[in-house]
Amino acid sequence: MTVSLNAYLLVSGLLFATGLAGVVMRRNLLVIFMCLEMMLSAASLTLVAFSRANLEKGLPDYDGQMLVFFVITVAAAEVAIGLAIIVALFRTRQTVHVDDLNSMSG
Amino acid sequence: MPPLPLILLGLPLFSAAIIGLLLRERQQNTFAALVSTLSALLCLAAGIAFLRAPDGLEVLPLKWIDFGKDLQINLGFTVDRLSRGMMFIVVFIGALVHVFSLAYMKDDESKGRYFGGLSLFMFSMTGIVLADNFIMMFIFWELVGVSSWMLIGHWFQKDSAADASKKAFLINRIGDFGFMIGILILWGLTGAIGFEEIREWLDAHPGATPGLLTAAVLCVFCGAVGKSAQAPLHTWLPDAMEGPTPVSALIHAATMVAAGVYMLARTSFLLESTADDGASFLIFHFTAPGVITWVGAITSLLAALMAMQQDDIKRVLAYSTLSQLGYMVMVVGLLHGSDQGATGMFHLYTHAFFKALLFLGAGAIIYACHHEQNIWKMGGLLKKMPITGGAILVGTAALIAVPFTSGFFSKEEILTAAWHHSFPLFVITALVAFCTAFYMARLLVVVLFGQARDEHSEDAKEVGPLMFVPLVLLALFALISAYPFVRDHLQAFAPEYHGHPLIVTLVSLATCFGGAAVGWLVYRGRESDPLSIPLFRNKFYIDEIYAKLVGIFQDGLAWFMNGLDRLLIDGALVGGLTALTAGIGSTFRRLQTGNLRHYGLLLGGGVALLVYLIVFFL
Repeated sequence: MTVSLNAYLLVSGLLFATGLAGVVMRRNLLVIFMCLEMMLSAASLTLVAFSRANLEKGLPDYDGQMLVFFVITVAAAEVAIGLAIIVALFRTRQTVHVDDLNSMSG
Repeated sequence: MPPLPLILLGLPLFSAAIIGLLLRERQQNTFAALVSTLSALLCLAAGIAFLRAPDGLEVLPLKWIDFGKDLQINLGFTVDRLSRGMMFIVVFIGALVHVFSLAYMKDDESKGRYFGGLSLFMFSMTGIVLADNFIMMFIFWELVGVSSWMLIGHWFQKDSAADASKKAFLINRIGDFGFMIGILILWGLTGAIGFEEIREWLDAHPGATPGLLTAAVLCVFCGAVGKSAQAPLHTWLPDAMEGPTPVSALIHAATMVAAGVYMLARTSFLLESTADDGASFLIFHFTAPGVITWVGAITSLLAALMAMQQDDIKRVLAYSTLSQLGYMVMVVGLLHGSDQGATGMFHLYTHAFFKALLFLGAGAIIYACHHEQNIWKMGGLLKKMPITGGAILVGTAALIAVPFTSGFFSKEEILTAAWHHSFPLFVITALVAFCTAFYMARLLVVVLFGQARDEHSEDAKEVGPLMFVPLVLLALFALISAYPFVRDHLQAFAPEYHGHPLIVTLVSLATCFGGAAVGWLVYRGRESDPLSIPLFRNKFYIDEIYAKLVGIFQDGLAWFMNGLDRLLIDGALVGGLTALTAGIGSTFRRLQTGNLRHYGLLLGGGVALLVYLIVFFL
């Protein structure tokens, strides 16, 4: 039995929501970063699902799958930079706990 | 006949312009004086020729402003007996004052400025005399005020002179404010500003809007109250004596202050129209001429009383001028235009000569006593300065109405008018005549007779011909100017002679000789004033009352503005703006927590919102 498009979208939505919740609620910088990646992967899943669902002459619409490649590449680049920033931050602050990183206050 | 009005108007302006623009250096002072005097003498010649100009001489009016059919302001000229006679007075006394000033101001450092001011004055006064519409008269009215300011404040380095000139101008301005309102009301009513046009309108619409017309006449009278120094706007004239004495003779005795009376005579048709109607307030019923009459009467009485206690020779004469002006205004109102203001103008005409004479004589005395003006430091000057003293005696005789002098005839006309119309006014007029004789006798006895009281008057010598020739000429006119032969030649605007009741003649003689006798008896041989009436000496404290009133009003206004400034501007506007800005600022500042997770939450919330909007609304 084939899985309907809605199911893929639901999963990807849940994945995104979980990532968002993690970004907001977790206190470890690295975990926040990982949740960010989760959100990206949720977006990729959506893209692939739509690519599979919109069939042109029996073949899937490969535009979505192409975009996923780009997204993964960008995600990799972003991770590189992000981790570099986190390492630099750790070197000055000696912590990855978000609550200890407040410097401005209103 | 050359266009005489244009010459009379243009020549002094030309002279003033030359002096003001080209002759500004100290070395050119004397040249400036000569230019101005030459212009005055030429104007005298023109004025004498003008005496024979026919009525309604066609001089093309200079079109000035044209607002379409509603309002056209032209500089036109009136040529009739009234303006010819007045013109002669102005140019004659003007010329004499110029000649006198050549000697009096000989050693003055800024006599160029002085003579420029005199020329400007001659120009402005000529404009008033020849004006044929209200707006032109008003323009020159203000110009006369400006020249008066400039001349009173000639020695402006002295604080009292600068203050006096300011006071004169400001008080004049108050009167002029009323004058302007009156002109505007008349224009609104009749649609015209020219005297002839307004008169025609009134003839064509008898009995139209009486209340408004009365109000207009009273407002126009305000101008005369200011310019001719009637009560309550009289306080500037005594202070104006800070100016040089020839200025006092020209402006504040003979011409400028007479402009108010001239204006009333010129507009006497207005008085005729408002004579019967009037307004009622409680138990008082007043008409415009009635108000004018009583203002004049009160002024003359007040001034006569104040004059009895003054110690400065010029101030005595100034109050005397006030009192005589009060006579003129009173009689103009009393006869409410039934004689076109002739009785008032007749007294103006005779008064101009003898008052100018008295002032110039006082100037000669002041000059001879090295600028001493206190009468209690003078004495015995008749022996030392016989010509001047004699001229002053003649002038005084005319002023107190000694029989057969010019003043006698004009004052008798006034007394007759008062006798026929109102007994209380007759009593006031007679009382003022008595006081006039009294204080002039006081002046004569203290200054001319007796012994010198001070070394300045010990050294007094007779003055030079430039000074005593004008005095002699004026003395001659003071004697003969009332006789019909002279009157007709000089085009004096005088009433027809119809006999006077015997009682009037008796009262006139009694007050004249009685007052003089009492004055002589009281002041003969005194070293200081035996009478001391502080109320009169301090001018009824009117100046102090005014200062107090102005102070209260200004303080009140300042208090109110201060409150307004603090509450409204500092509090509501500036303070309010500050509070608003600070409030908005502090509200938005609460977003800046510095807490990373708060920022993350906001970011996440924003994303969710965006998704929601895109999915469901786009």
